[in-house]
This record gives sequence, structure tokens and C-alpha cells, in this order.
Amino acid sequence: MGNSTLTRQDLAEAVFREVGLSRNESAQLVESVLQHISDALVRGETVKISSFGTFTVRQKGQRIGRNPKTGVEVPISPRRVLSFRPSHLMKERVAEGNRGR
Amino acid sequence: MIRSELIQKIAEENPHLYQRDVERIVNTIFEEIIEALARGDRVELRGFGAFSVKKRDARIGRNPRTGESVQVEEKHVPFFKTGKLLRDRLNGHEE
Repeated sequence: MGNSTLTRQDLAEAVFREVGLSRNESAQLVESVLQHISDALVRGETVKISSFGTFTVRQKGQRIGRNPKTGVEVPISPRRVLSFRPSHLMKERVAEGNRGR
Repeated sequence: MIRSELIQKIAEENPHLYQRDVERIVNTIFEEIIEALARGDRVELRGFGAFSVKKRDARIGRNPRTGESVQVEEKHVPFFKTGKLLRDRLNGHEE
């Protein structure tokens, strides 16, 4: 506890326990949830999951970066980046659960 | 897109499932992620991204209104890092 990593498989296992579908179908449902969220973000939509958090796509303009090894300046092309803002509830539960850790 | 629209899409793709089961499935996924982070675990979803917990050290903060110094306790906050595949897709590089 406190240093393990969960994967898709663990989420599928939770769905399997909760709903009683086959393990295979549980895994497919986890995949399709992630796929729908990704597709909406790629379309430029904000994905807002109440009591979990909000995924937002932000447009970043071109800027000048520097190769940290050589010091040579290179332009960084404009790009879209994803940011996640956790809900108040998630922040509270994470802060509470990890207090004093 | 909001939670109910996500549930709707999954329900449409799975007409053999009851709507209330689809709701439980979607809610379970998000609940499981929060529970993992509350235990201090990471959740790594290849291609999509990874949720983890970052520790913020205690610091002396300031009340922006009064300028008064206040002690801010150390705390843990959720953090998300976008996966490579999704980052590439956002920038038009479909595999």
C-alpha cells in the first residue's frame, strides 16, 4: 500500500467484482471509457466528470526553447496540451488519505 | 462531454447492458482511481496517461488580502501526466 501501481487490469477487475460481467467484457468496457474520453479531447472538447475532475485541452503558441545539452536555441512549434484539474472532492480524499505519509 | 454523456455513449454501444449497470461500471472506474490515489498508489493507463500523488512541502503562505503570514501544512495533491499516444493524437499524429 502506498507504492504500488494500478493498471487497466486492476480497473477491469474492479468492474468485474462490482457488476459481474466477464473479465473480458469488463476489460473492454474500461478500454471504451478511456477511448471515449480521448476521442472527445482530440475533438477539442472539455471532459468534465463530476466529483472526479476536468480534462481540458489548451492551445500553446510557438515559443523559443533551448537544447539543454548544447545550449542551441530551437523554436518549439505550437501545440495542444492536456491539463487535468482534480475536483474538490478528489483533492480532499487524496489529501486526507495521504496525511502524515 | 460530461459524465452522463459518457455513460450514454457506452450504453448505446452496449444495448445488452442495463443503463444502471453502465452507470455502475463508469462510476466504479473513477472511484477506483480516487481510492488508489488516496492510498498513495499510482494509476498508469498506457497511452492515456498516469495519475499519481505529489507531495507539497509545508511553507509560509501569505493571505493575499491582509498580507499576513500563515503556516501552510504539508499536503498531497493528485497529478495527471498525459500519455504519449494521447499527446500525439492531440497534435494530429494518429498512429
